Formats: sequence, structure tokens, C-alpha cells
Amino acid sequence: MTAPLLDAHLVADRGAFHLDVRLRIAAGETVALLGPNGAGKTTALRALAGLHPLSAGHLTLGGVDLDRPGRRVWTPPERRPVGVVFQDYLLFPHLSARDNVAFGPRRRGADRRTARARADGWLDRVGLAGQARHKPRQLSGGQAQRVALARALAVEPTLLLLDEPLAALDARTRLDTRAELQRHLGAHPGATLLVTHDPLDALVLADRLVIVEHGRVVQEGDAATVTARPRTDYVARLVGLNLHRGHADGHAVTVGGLTLTTADTVHGDAFVAFPPAAVALHRGRPDGSPRNVWPATVTGVQRHGDNLRVQLAGPVDVAADVTPAAAAQLGLRPGQPVWAAVKAAETRAYPA
Amino acid sequence: MTRPARRRQRVPLALLLPAGLGLLFLVLPLAGLLVRAPWTTLPRRLAQPGVLTALRLSLETATAATLLCVALGVPLAWLLARVEFPGRRLVRALVTVPLVLPPVVGGVALLLVFGRRGLLGSWLDTTFGVSLPFTTAGVVLAEAFVAMPFLVIAVEGALRGADPRYEEAAATLGAGRWTTFTRVTLPLVAPGVAAGAVLCWARALGEFGATITFAGNYPGRTQTMPLAVYLALETDVQAAIVLSLILLTVSVAILAGLRDRWVGTA
Repeated sequence: MTAPLLDAHLVADRGAFHLDVRLRIAAGETVALLGPNGAGKTTALRALAGLHPLSAGHLTLGGVDLDRPGRRVWTPPERRPVGVVFQDYLLFPHLSARDNVAFGPRRRGADRRTARARADGWLDRVGLAGQARHKPRQLSGGQAQRVALARALAVEPTLLLLDEPLAALDARTRLDTRAELQRHLGAHPGATLLVTHDPLDALVLADRLVIVEHGRVVQEGDAATVTARPRTDYVARLVGLNLHRGHADGHAVTVGGLTLTTADTVHGDAFVAFPPAAVALHRGRPDGSPRNVWPATVTGVQRHGDNLRVQLAGPVDVAADVTPAAAAQLGLRPGQPVWAAVKAAETRAYPA
Repeated sequence: MTRPARRRQRVPLALLLPAGLGLLFLVLPLAGLLVRAPWTTLPRRLAQPGVLTALRLSLETATAATLLCVALGVPLAWLLARVEFPGRRLVRALVTVPLVLPPVVGGVALLLVFGRRGLLGSWLDTTFGVSLPFTTAGVVLAEAFVAMPFLVIAVEGALRGADPRYEEAAATLGAGRWTTFTRVTLPLVAPGVAAGAVLCWARALGEFGATITFAGNYPGRTQTMPLAVYLALETDVQAAIVLSLILLTVSVAILAGLRDRWVGTA
């Protein structure tokens, strides 16, 4: 494998918060930096853009050190080949859409005519040729997002950074814009980093996910691996799985006083994961078939899509999805004792 | 007074009474000017040559002082709002000193620095042969000294209110600090600069104490309208009223015109 286009070890401090994240992105690759609020996603993005200095580590883009405190190397943001789409776009309110997009090329040496021609080209590509003369306040949310994307791409950045690019849009616009964004990111020859807390954005737009919590990478890999084998509660919740950590011995995983039988074979510390839909609820103890069965207490019931999601307390706390009909039959309400059952074939165990 | 019916809010008398008195206190003197104005002899008095000279000098020096304040005050406001440096709080306090200083004291201080034997004045005199006191340039200097804090405070407030992330966005697009300032920051705070300039101009137009101390009272050279009013009051009350009326009309007309254009959008 050739050297990645972006090779970064971002160590930065912001007050008491400490960030320590390694990132490698190949040319043409899109990586999603996913994490809960306050995980350090935005600090990482600002460090890459040069808006927040590294306290240690390094940032190498296309073989050139942009920031390496150890050797006193520092490149100010205006001299980095980096384009940023900010969360609320930050389009200059006093400039038209065209002049917003032309701003970058103009600052990087193009004369006015060339810069405007290039801006028109980019506006055309994002389907906004007709809005070139509009001021940002005359644009809809989706249009403003596309102008912001065109503005960032117009400087032909080696590294494109997107900070929650779809967060400010309503659900309907988000769907269209996401599809269009996917097309543009696919055409971008440089490296792309997408910062988001929306797993759907990450799964649709990115080739690879990097998950950060408390300023550290907790898991990374392609979408299939991350969704099938979550390693933290945050990731498990994100992909909608029950996740428990325990000790495995072959097909048996001991989790908090309960031994679950799984289809996979693992030894030592292990995770066991299963979807809420795999948890069946019964009034009495079910018999027959080699199942994982345990007594539990209902702690809460919420709507979840067409089904109901039932929170259970017991030897392990899990979520179960049941149909409204089944819930009516069971008469589910908080405090009620039930029996929970999970088939071994529906659980997945993997080393911790 | 007839007005479209609207929901009447109960206003406590304890607030309404002092508010009404305050308004009366502000408006009554202006009404007094209008009542006592010598309307019959007004056209003849306006045509007197000294009146127009003083008015023109006032408008010219106030405008020049405002330009000077904008040229120096906007960068100063930017420094205070955007750059962290030791002693920034002290500098901010120093900038507002002319606000609380009696203008006459300001004039004396200017004399000590720019006077013929002042700290800078003697050097200016011997090196360039330039002497500022008792000249029109001295009037501009005195007015700028007194009016600059108004501009700096207004612009600094506008800069603090402007989202600095726009400047970060400009930086990621390749703009250095100077380009960012001229292309992004300044357009964003333009309404604040305009409001500050208007305040600054109004203060400069009414300047009296520092001007008479530092620049004296020479008709045609340093005698601005407020000085002319004061002088006229000694000899001819009617003339003083006429001059006051002119100053009032011109400043209100210009401020109202500017307000609609700029300040209203701030």
C-alpha cells in the first residue's frame, strides 16, 4: 500500500480536554469521524484546518509537514491546501453566491475574471447556476449547503473537511443533499474527512469510519465491521445493538452472572452483541430448544418505528423490540416481571 | 391624539412620571430656542458673512476630524477586539479617558504636547516648521481627540458582536489577516463603523472646550459654530439664538438623513 495522502497524529488541548487521535486517509477516500457531542471531533477538524494548534504529534499532507510541534513546523490556515465546509456554512453575508465561491480562487492568486469563471463552473456543478447573484440570506438551507461545498472545492483542496454538513437541514432536504454530496465526494480526488454524529451520514458518505469518544479513537473500520461488531456502548446504541462485555469460554460467554450461549467460538475477554428484535419476551419461563433465558423486569416502554422498544433490567440490562400486538398480549408496563429469551444463532461474540 | 386601537399596557405611574419629566427636560430648551427666535430679522441675520463662514468651518473640521478618527480608530478598535496582548484592559481604559476628561483639560493637555514649546510641538516646529495650535488643523486635532472614543467604542462593540468564525472561514480560503480584515471583517461591521462615525461627527460638531483652549477663537480660521454662539451670547443674544438654530437644524437634518441610510440597519 502506498503512503496515505493524510497522515496525522493529532494531539491538542482545549482547556481540560485532551485530544489524541491518529488519522490516515488515502487519496480519493472519505473517512467519517463519528462520535458523541464533546468527543473532540470538531477540535480534530480545527487542528487539521490550522485553526487550533497541535501540542504534539504531527500533520503531514501529501508528504509535506503542515504542523509538527516537535520540529517547530507550523503552517497557518491560509497556506494549507485544505478546504472546509463549516457546520452552519459561514457564507459571507455581504457577498453573492458567486463571490463567495470566487473568494478562495481570488485569494490564491487568480485574477477576478478567472476566479468568477471558476466560481460559475462550480455553481453549475452543484446545480446553482441560476442563483449566482443571490446573497446567502436569499438561499434556502440546501442551497446554502451546496454553495458552501462549492466554495470549499473551488480552491481544489488536497484535504476536504466537512463539519456536520447536513446537520442544519430539515429531513426532506437532508435526503436529497446527502445523495448529491455523495456524488461530489466520490468525484473529489483528494482526501475527505467528514465529521458527524449522524451514523446514517457516516454510513452513506464514508468509505471508513473512525469513532472517537473522550478525545480518543475507540474503534475504526469499514461500515460492515463497525456495525456488526461494536466495541463501545456508544457504537452499539448507534447501530442499534445490545452489547455486553464478559468472559468467553468456547460457546459460552459469562456476562454479569448470566451465561449466554453463542454460535461463535471465543476464548478470554469477549463482547457479545444481539439486536433488540432477537429478544423474545414471555410471561412464564419458556421451555424447549437451547435458548438463553433469564428473568427480567420491565423498566420502560417506548415507540420504536412500528414496534415498541422495551427496556429490561435483570442480570443484564437489555432492550427488546416487540410488536404492539405482542405487547398488548403480554400487558407490558413498568415493574412487570417477564422472561427474556435470545436464540444462540442470533448472538454474535468476538474478542474484546 | 387619535391612534389605531391597540392593547394598552399598564404603565406604572412611578415610571411614567419621571419619563415624562425627562422628555420635557430634553425638549423644552429646544422649544425655547424656537419661541425666542427673531423670526422677522432671520433672513437678514443669516445673510451676514460671519455666519456662513463659521458654519462651513464647523462642517469641514467635524468631517475631517471624523475621517481622522475612522482612519486611526477602526484599527485601534480591531486591536482591542481581536488581539490578545498584555495590558489590553489598561489600553481600553485609556481610550475612554477623553470621554470623562473635561474638554478644557483635554485642550490644555493638547497644548502641552503639540504647543509651540510642547513635547512634540517644538520638534514639529523646528523640523518641519509646522505649528498646530491656533490653526484650523488644530481645531481638527482637538475635535478628533474628544470624539475618537465614541468611534472606538462603537466599532469595538460591533467587532465583538461579529462572529469571528467568518474570519476563520476566510483564512481556510487563503486570506491572510489583512485581506480578511478588508474583505470580510470590515464589510461585516460596516453598520457599526457608520454608527460610530455618526456619533463621532456629532460630538466633533459640538466641540467647544478643547477647541477654544487649543485652537483659540479666530473668525474664519478656528471659530466654529459653538464658539461663535458663545461669543455672540456676550454681545447679541438674538444672534446667538440664530446661530444655535442653524447648528441645531443642520445637525438634526444630517443625522436624520444618515440614520435612515445606515444606522437604521445596524
